Amino acid sequence: MAQPLAFILDVPETPGDQGQDPSPYDESEVHDSFQQLIQEQSQCAAQEGLELQQREREVTGSSQQTLWRPEGTQSTATLRILASMPSRTIGRSRGAIISQYYNRTVQLRRRSSRPLLGNFVRSARPSLRLYDLELDPMAREEEEKQSLLVKELQSLAVAQRDHMLRGMPLSLAEKRSLREKSRTPRGKWRGQPGSGGVCSCCGRLRYACVLALHSLGLALLSALQALTPWRYALKRIGGQFGSSVLSYFLFLKTLLAFNALLLLLLVAFIMGPQVAFPPALPGPAPVCTGLELLTGAGCFTHTVMYYGHYSNATLNQPCGSPLDGSQCTPRVGGLPYNMPLAYLSTVGVSFFITCITLVYSMAHAFGESYRVGSTSGIHAITVFCSWDYKVTQKRASRLQQDNIRTRLKELLAEWQLRHSPRSVCGRLRQAAVLGLVWLLCLGTALGCAMAVHVFSEFMIQSPEAAGQEAALLVLPLVVGLLNLGAPYLCRVLAALEPHDSPVLEVYVAICRNLILKLAILGTLCYHWLGRRVGVLQGQCWEDFVGQELYRFLVMDFVLMLLDTLFGELVWRIISEKKLKRRRKPEFDIARNVLELIYGQTLTWLGVLFSPLLPAVQIIKLLLVFYVKKTSLLANCQAPCRPWLASHMSTVFLTLLCFPAFLGAAVFLCYAVWQVKPSSTCGPFRTLDTMYEAGRVWVRHLEAAGPRVSWLPWVHRYLVENTFFVFLVSALLLAVIYLNIQVVRGQRKVICLLKEQISNEGEDKIFLINKLHSIYERKEREERSRVGTTEEAAAPPALLTDEQDA
Amino acid sequence: MGNKQTVFTHEQLEAYQDCTFFTRKEIMRVFYRYQDLAPQLVPLDYTTCPDVKVPYELIGSMPELKDNPFRQRIAQVFSEDGDGHMTLDNFLDMFSVMSEMAPRDLKAYYAFKIYDFNNDDYICAWDLEQTVTKLTRGELSAEEVSLVCEKVLDEADGDHDGRLSLEDFQNMILRAPDFLSTFHIRI
Repeated sequence: MAQPLAFILDVPETPGDQGQDPSPYDESEVHDSFQQLIQEQSQCAAQEGLELQQREREVTGSSQQTLWRPEGTQSTATLRILASMPSRTIGRSRGAIISQYYNRTVQLRRRSSRPLLGNFVRSARPSLRLYDLELDPMAREEEEKQSLLVKELQSLAVAQRDHMLRGMPLSLAEKRSLREKSRTPRGKWRGQPGSGGVCSCCGRLRYACVLALHSLGLALLSALQALTPWRYALKRIGGQFGSSVLSYFLFLKTLLAFNALLLLLLVAFIMGPQVAFPPALPGPAPVCTGLELLTGAGCFTHTVMYYGHYSNATLNQPCGSPLDGSQCTPRVGGLPYNMPLAYLSTVGVSFFITCITLVYSMAHAFGESYRVGSTSGIHAITVFCSWDYKVTQKRASRLQQDNIRTRLKELLAEWQLRHSPRSVCGRLRQAAVLGLVWLLCLGTALGCAMAVHVFSEFMIQSPEAAGQEAALLVLPLVVGLLNLGAPYLCRVLAALEPHDSPVLEVYVAICRNLILKLAILGTLCYHWLGRRVGVLQGQCWEDFVGQELYRFLVMDFVLMLLDTLFGELVWRIISEKKLKRRRKPEFDIARNVLELIYGQTLTWLGVLFSPLLPAVQIIKLLLVFYVKKTSLLANCQAPCRPWLASHMSTVFLTLLCFPAFLGAAVFLCYAVWQVKPSSTCGPFRTLDTMYEAGRVWVRHLEAAGPRVSWLPWVHRYLVENTFFVFLVSALLLAVIYLNIQVVRGQRKVICLLKEQISNEGEDKIFLINKLHSIYERKEREERSRVGTTEEAAAPPALLTDEQDA
Repeated sequence: MGNKQTVFTHEQLEAYQDCTFFTRKEIMRVFYRYQDLAPQLVPLDYTTCPDVKVPYELIGSMPELKDNPFRQRIAQVFSEDGDGHMTLDNFLDMFSVMSEMAPRDLKAYYAFKIYDFNNDDYICAWDLEQTVTKLTRGELSAEEVSLVCEKVLDEADGDHDGRLSLEDFQNMILRAPDFLSTFHIRI
């Protein structure tokens, strides 16, 4: 362990400075005095520089290190000083770590970002301004530092202390001993010194809240971890294919969580009460054939699965005050349950909660993965952050090494290419090809949308053979095939265009696929809400839309199975047997994730019309997990393109939030606010729009009495009033703008700090070189003195500048 | 399940829980993996805190580590005497730091020590060359390796002293969000 030396370097001032005390305001005087010093020094430096450079050239041939010499050529005294530099001791000495954490604990406890300078006496990172060039004369023993840290730890709350302990880079045995020593008997709370009274009270309250939330979060996390299945499966996938493919399966798990939450709310507030109080069925229930599983019609029609089954009255109405024509079912102790209101508000609240959760996780992921200046430093990041430690199989490990090698070669080639820019002609050609391919892909998307439109119109116009349920499956099949085939076409087209960066290729592919899916979904939404509502007047159009969405989900699943079968299994067999290639097909992460997002969008679109759709999606996701896992392990290999797993997870969450969820929310809002619900079925059959149910209830509340009059007031002046919405939007925009400005300012500060670090580094090198030259000269003089004079020499005088002159 | 275990005392298990990122169940799982490495050497009763070290050869043959080119460095960094032979505490520490829950700073600290092959608290050009060689299985030419090292130093070296200090490394890691997901071993 390096022991800090008590060393005093005596550098007397030049004769010109003695007696003078130049103030910074007397600039000319200050400059003059320094100028003399600098002149003298530069003369000596010139002499030394030649000598030392010669010596250096013997040791290393590189021209880069004109400033920094390797440590082998430095004297032992310099090395000893260097070893006790504060920045060196952090890594090596436990004492330094302990002191650093002591400081952090002190700061945390006092809750100030910069403790007072006077309190720095105990610091083990001595500030030179305190010690006047003395390097830590009060060299504290490690045990003392440890006892200081223990004392600080004792005054923290338990959860905070544990958090601090876990984050310390000490060995486990030391952490355990620290923990042992810092345990106080229960019931003691060390009060904080300093400002008491109200401040410490609300500080304590805030701490208590933070700790309670923290422990709640930890408890939830451990509960979730206990619930999460597939730990071994995920480990195997990660071990064989790396973090990139694993991100797909983790995304699948996230979607499962969202759907489970949605289903929970819907079952609790909509389906449960309706199942407990079933309405009278319109006619005899149809016989169940096997086709229901695919079409969703037939014997599924008049069940809790679809909107049409739900009653529009208040359930469990107590006898004596029959409202809305409901039946009088005398039940003791039952609460009346307003079904239309419950339906509307449950769907609304569940969407709201999903929105909040999505936006929060997206913002969190965004905050983690995007940093200011994160685009630079790609070589360093590739070298240090691209080895995936999860990979555990020999073949996967070798593949990873090959990938990294390829990536490094590509980076070097890219760098060399940047230094030799392409000609204008080449760039024009590149731009033309790019533009053409984009045009073709957009044309494909538009063509698919037109095809869907034409086909759906055809389905409306044709007499539709009402008895044939199988005819209902044709539209979903066509849409599914288009969804499957068009991305392959775009991938083939993308092979034509030149791309400098492989990451950009992936983003562009995702973008095109997304545009295609959005176009198709947009056409379908228009078809349902625009055309089908008109065509199905007098019938239950909501049931029909719900069934359509069910069919789309099921068909999507079936086609995914077929695609996995043919795209992966058959392709692998073909490539191994016929083409005799050793390479298995790659697992296309982007395309698979977009398919998941597409399925989830369909679910969200259909929640209003078919409350049981999240359950169908959950079953589908479970099956997809096992199918994809089996196919992956048997048929595929890891992608050879580098994959920024963290960026990609953020991109996936963003895509889930912005086009997918937002689109579904817009669809829902339009359906609730603008479309007239059918008059023969569902909870809103007597109303003009679904939103009226809320208004009816508010009017009912107004009539109910003065006790709940604040609710109608809130509704009239805050919800229905557009001015309030504008105000809130304007405030939000202002906050966003302010945040953007803050980030811009921080970016400037980062640039300045980088420059400062660079300058400090140069200063440090300069000082070390000077130190080295001083010691060299001292040694040389000693040697010459011992060599020439035989008699006992006087102790060598400390070096002064006068001898240089 | 945890109530019936006889390997650790209640206090020991609590201490492990507080000082690592593992839950009770995970600690037991890690212990059984450790025990499986050397069943004759590791006793099933740790209440008396026996002083047992599993030699590096067995640690390096674990399925999680055996194909990792940095396994020797990992074992050296986390072992007590820097020789790769690990006690149970070292073993738990290693997997706790490499687990999902460990914060970025802690992982960056240990990653720095792993990539510092000559243990001089700096990642110098020689350390970088060793790292790049191990990463690419020696299949890059010497010129390419030195070019890569030069670019890495250009990008990450803040104070321009020709090598990476811990601060430089941590600053660079801050800009790489993938680090948390790649510097992770599941057990």
